[in-house]
Amino acid sequence: MPSRLAFVGVWLVLLALLGISMAVTLLELGPWHAALNMILAAASAVLVVWFDMHLRESSGILKLFATGTIIFLLIMFSFGLADWPTR
Amino acid sequence: MSDALPAVHEQFQAPGQQLEADRLGLWVFLASEAMLFGAVFFALTVYHLIHPAAMHAATSRLDLVTGVIGTAVLLTSSTTMALAVKAAREGRRTEALIVLVGTVLLGLAFEAIKVHDWFDEYDQGLYPPMGPPFPLPQPAARLYFHLYFVSTGLHAVHLAVGILLVAGVAASLLSNRMKLPERTVTVEMVGLYWQFVDIVWIFLFPTLYLVSR
Repeated sequence: MPSRLAFVGVWLVLLALLGISMAVTLLELGPWHAALNMILAAASAVLVVWFDMHLRESSGILKLFATGTIIFLLIMFSFGLADWPTR
Repeated sequence: MSDALPAVHEQFQAPGQQLEADRLGLWVFLASEAMLFGAVFFALTVYHLIHPAAMHAATSRLDLVTGVIGTAVLLTSSTTMALAVKAAREGRRTEALIVLVGTVLLGLAFEAIKVHDWFDEYDQGLYPPMGPPFPLPQPAARLYFHLYFVSTGLHAVHLAVGILLVAGVAASLLSNRMKLPERTVTVEMVGLYWQFVDIVWIFLFPTLYLVSR
């Protein structure tokens, strides 16, 4: 299991990602800022799942379930979003 | 049954097997929760794509400062909860208790910020079903605020459940009803739920506050 210092390090990275997200929003980068904000959110979520939810030291079956959740959400989003522009 | 050893139910052969089943069960529950919130995110994504101007007007009415502070508070609570699980696994009762109480306080701070936001938005007329007249001309902006209150409300209810669960674990530790590291599984399960609720907010914050700003 990671040390206490490692968890504090992850926390600082999470706060840094939040800071970058704010900078991206306030810089008004046009259409890019929406994509960048979601990528930064995904990076934060991966850090929380991997370290704070202890998936890093969990068994393969738990990693499979976590990945499966993301895949099912991607199926819902990709099928759903494919419906709207093709009507 | 003795508190000194983790209780193994009859369908399991060893404590490790039971722990793995507990973890898997909770991940299945979290997957179903992800589908629930996924539908809300999907609706928000479609609104952002179909009505960009109205979404921009609606998003700009939200208080970015309290949004950022709330997000930082929840990210901090993720760390205190992770530290609680580590302390529990390693049998450090006092440390686990301190970080669990810290997690509860951070959760309450987030809820207080959110309630403050809701009152502020109600006063601006942004709560579509009632209150002062809605200030934005676009009908889609009303749709956005319906979804805003549904999604933040659903998240706040989940967080309130998390606060009660973490407070319950802290109370059990304080009264010595829960022994560590024997009952680490309880802290772990509550921790997984807490982190999931934080992840929902990690995505809700940019979706509601940032992408159409």
